[in-house]
Amino acid sequence: MEAIEIYDISKSFGPVHALESVSFTVRAGELFGLIGPDGAGKTTLFRLLTTLLIPDRGTARVGGYDIVADYRAIRSCVGYMPGRFSLYPDLTVEENLNFFAALFGVTVAQSYNLVAPIYRQIEPFKNRRAGKLSGGMKQKLALSCALIHRPQILFLDEPTTGVDAVSRSEFWNMLSDLRQRGITILVSTPYMDEASRCDRIALCNEGRIMGIDTPRGIVHQYDTELYAVRAHNMYALLEEARKVEGVDACYPFGEAHHLVAGLGFDSGHFAERLGFLDGLHIEPVAPTIEDVFIKLMKR
Amino acid sequence: MNDVVISVRELTKRFGDFIAVNRISFDVPRGEIFGFLGANGAGKTTAMRMLCGLSYPSAGSGTVAGYDIRCESERIKRCIGYMSQRFSLYNDLTVRENMLLFAGIYGLSRREALAGSERMLGKLDFVSEGDTLVGSLPLGWKQKLSFAIATLHSPEVVFLDEPTGGVDPVTRRQFWEMIYEAASQGTTIFVTTHYMDEAEYCSRVSVMVDGEIRALDTPARLKQQYAANSMDEVFRILARGAKRGE
Repeated sequence: MEAIEIYDISKSFGPVHALESVSFTVRAGELFGLIGPDGAGKTTLFRLLTTLLIPDRGTARVGGYDIVADYRAIRSCVGYMPGRFSLYPDLTVEENLNFFAALFGVTVAQSYNLVAPIYRQIEPFKNRRAGKLSGGMKQKLALSCALIHRPQILFLDEPTTGVDAVSRSEFWNMLSDLRQRGITILVSTPYMDEASRCDRIALCNEGRIMGIDTPRGIVHQYDTELYAVRAHNMYALLEEARKVEGVDACYPFGEAHHLVAGLGFDSGHFAERLGFLDGLHIEPVAPTIEDVFIKLMKR
Repeated sequence: MNDVVISVRELTKRFGDFIAVNRISFDVPRGEIFGFLGANGAGKTTAMRMLCGLSYPSAGSGTVAGYDIRCESERIKRCIGYMSQRFSLYNDLTVRENMLLFAGIYGLSRREALAGSERMLGKLDFVSEGDTLVGSLPLGWKQKLSFAIATLHSPEVVFLDEPTGGVDPVTRRQFWEMIYEAASQGTTIFVTTHYMDEAEYCSRVSVMVDGEIRALDTPARLKQQYAANSMDEVFRILARGAKRGE
């Protein structure tokens, strides 16, 4: 069964095309990632699917319900955690949770099993006002509130933006646990390294979907030779490498630069040409999702 | 002119009982790209605010561009550039107006500001967009413009607080090339980031945990020291021991 079906959706705000002919489906129980930078249209898509906006064109179904005609039914079966902290800062942790439970006509006790693994981490602070929580704790409270009515489908808009690498990885562990409980999750992130935590991903940029597949499948599509190059002076290497014939692109990539080989590229010739750079080293390297993204953006 | 641009000894900031920054000491030489890493709440922002002259230290001492952070903060503000994690230009001013405004705030004369703005527009290949409202520019351009404006007055140090959050991978790299270029011309760069691949681009990296600097070295030596394959691993090893959240 499909949890989310999107058919040819477009949405503009004045002259800005936030989404252009977007179509894809998310299967029930899937952890699906929307990977893309600011301005890709991620938030607009979330707002459409959670019935907060109406599309200019196209249709979509969430949990089998139409996003325009059946908006009420959708609102009770999905959980939504917007990118901006949207709980009440002047209510306490516990009051926020009770409030959202009351809105959906449930009690905290009824849903405690589901939220407990997350909520227990902030429960010692249940009398603290939400506005006084740390970033990580706010995030956990927001997720608890989004889960309080036991939704079948969870929408998480950039839950890890601005969060440090360790806390981000803890958050993804929580998502994996929720997925184990059968909840469908659509989550967006600008961090490419988080893509591997998803069952499937959509790479999106400027309102368009550039590719959809499993993380492994996306990387498998990369059909050009890719090399990692290093030298003592990395900035000089970057400038020089781009002048060598057959080099389609060269860009910084962590401790090395990645070099995209084009027509007529020969690594032996390259090493010879740039032999004057101290510590020059070139070796083939497997592409990552970020390499794929960069390549798709240049199309 | 001193070749150490930032020098800090036992720098400390307390808020009541809470020690946000606990006796940190380090030196940053001219032209270095200094990565300032740490988990959320480790004290990075507080430390950075003290260096920029925006927060008075509880204890310890430091100089930035040769000026004392305790008693010469106004002088410091004139010779540093600052770019915050959230886009901080004025959307309802044009590109040129933003440049002139910030050049003025950083203390350039009207004439210097005008000349500097035109030079910068030319360098960015942006002359045709000089009268465009900043609000209508693509995010990648805004980011580059922010950096250009933070360096318009030829500061000795530029402080970049998570400059690349949410930026696409291509623009993120173009942004780092601007950083490389500025550093190669002698501008010192002090940068925080949550992208661990960007930590690899730094000349040296410090990692803050619970208000203290737990590690400080080149990325290569840190990886060796912690037997890690990447800066991401180094960061995880260090930050996992953190006792406090944000």
